[in-house]
Amino acid sequence: MDKTHIKYTLSWATLALMIFILIFVMTIFNIIGPYGMTTIVLIGINLIAAVGLNLVIGMSGQFSLGHAGFMAIGAYATALIATAIPTVFGFVISLLIGATLSGIVALIVGIPTLRLRGDYLAIATLGVAEIIRILIMNLKITRGPAGIFAIPSFVNWQVVFGLSVLTIIVVVNLVRSTTGRAIIAVRDNEIAAESLGINTTKYKVIAFVIGAMLAALAGGLRASFIQSVSPQDYSFMQSITILIIVVLGGIGSISGTVITAVALGILDVVLQSFGSLRMVIYALILIIVMLFRPQGLLGTFEFSLKTMLFSSGGDNDKDHSKNA
Amino acid sequence: MTRTILKTRDLSVRFGGVTAVDQVSIEARENELVGLIGPNGAGKTTLFNLLTGVYKPTNGEVSIFSNDKLININQLSPYKRSQLGIARTFQNIRLFKSRTVLENVLIAMTAKNKSYSLQAILRTPSFYKNEEKRQQQAMALLDIFGMTNVADELADNLSYGQQRRLEIVRALATKPAILFLDEPAAGMNPQETKELTDLIKQIQVQFKMTIILIEHDMNLVMAVSERLYVLEYGKVLATGTPIEIQNNPAVIKAYLGEEG
Repeated sequence: MDKTHIKYTLSWATLALMIFILIFVMTIFNIIGPYGMTTIVLIGINLIAAVGLNLVIGMSGQFSLGHAGFMAIGAYATALIATAIPTVFGFVISLLIGATLSGIVALIVGIPTLRLRGDYLAIATLGVAEIIRILIMNLKITRGPAGIFAIPSFVNWQVVFGLSVLTIIVVVNLVRSTTGRAIIAVRDNEIAAESLGINTTKYKVIAFVIGAMLAALAGGLRASFIQSVSPQDYSFMQSITILIIVVLGGIGSISGTVITAVALGILDVVLQSFGSLRMVIYALILIIVMLFRPQGLLGTFEFSLKTMLFSSGGDNDKDHSKNA
Repeated sequence: MTRTILKTRDLSVRFGGVTAVDQVSIEARENELVGLIGPNGAGKTTLFNLLTGVYKPTNGEVSIFSNDKLININQLSPYKRSQLGIARTFQNIRLFKSRTVLENVLIAMTAKNKSYSLQAILRTPSFYKNEEKRQQQAMALLDIFGMTNVADELADNLSYGQQRRLEIVRALATKPAILFLDEPAAGMNPQETKELTDLIKQIQVQFKMTIILIEHDMNLVMAVSERLYVLEYGKVLATGTPIEIQNNPAVIKAYLGEEG
């Protein structure tokens, strides 16, 4: 039994390492230039935010429209703290403080709204994101609409790659555990889950808080990478950008989110050469995908190395093999 | 004399001008199988919803026997009542359709098995140990009801009769003291109903619990119930053994109308 877990974990680790080496080799041979590098970092940042959002929307079934607000908290935490303490230590602390603050805000919003059944979270998060943005615009410490510049940069593609992998591991492991099963149970049938002794509010709040913390992490990384933050970077459109990745990839599919984050990032680069037609083509692609795959590219399907690699000889790892 | 495990006193609920459940006082004893019958719209399911916490009563109280005394559970939410030992099935099946049969049972074990998210995220050896233990418990339970061969099927892909059966297994996975079955035979063919009759008897004997059953299928309800309550217009019309109820003139009148 234990051997399967190790084999399984190792094969995922190998896959991650292979992608890492692939990117690394491509940078050495200059296949990926500085522009490609930026794209990879931004893909990773979007991926972290989108995987967090998919935990909220896909797994717990709660609609959140305020992801940009939580990203803004992380971005400004990094902007302020990493500027004050311009060391790696200061940067790490800024990410942790940003994520914690974001989690606390999510808790304050989540506890009253997630007690209710229905789409109240969407409205509440929409409002909260706007409140955060307006606070940032008007506070002295955040320097208003102009934003903060010259934030020290500690982010390169290796850091973002590592944190993206870490994010996926945390979310996937959480989903495939008692907690994750309870979160999905609440999504599938809240009344039934409650009748089985599951504290529905608690599990919805857990998913929402983790989602918000991952958004703050993405925001912090982005602030340090672009080296500037301003309130308009975290408007409603930013929430929609992340939401598109989740919906397009398939609500409830982490694999779908990862693939879509990468695909949309690459698409963005490809469309650069089309100039102003770019947004038209981008929009058309979104519309066509939604027309033909309304459930998203992958639906709720998840890639599983277990079934891909070990299914032929792997029947013995489950005692209860199917009779059918 | 066995002790009373569930008791209501003057339980009422009003929705606007309608009194759906009107001053109902019932009780159930340990390991007793109580049937709850009545014409459509008599308030049977509403009474279940009051007992399991889906609705809060307008008047009266619900108590259950827990920790050696009867405690009032009026203000408790459904999940807390479940943790005190109340389990139920639903008239319209409410399974976790996107999950497998095994996962449906595992989900029901959430509250009774403490687990730590951090262990799960880090995949510590104790996570795998606990996970394996829980899966074995769930499979053992499925085995009792002959469902191990469909353990990896999605709940949505089961036949209607098996979905009903899974709902009962899932409710039992919470290790309840009282099990509420809301029309378990609804939509079943005679063969399935017969299997269900045996299943309910088996649960009562093997798991030693109080079962409260709403059912329209009179063959089933008369065969398994030790005592019956008859509801009409939200009130208790009669109570007694199946034989007594079958010969009760008021009950016959409620079901068949008055002799012309």
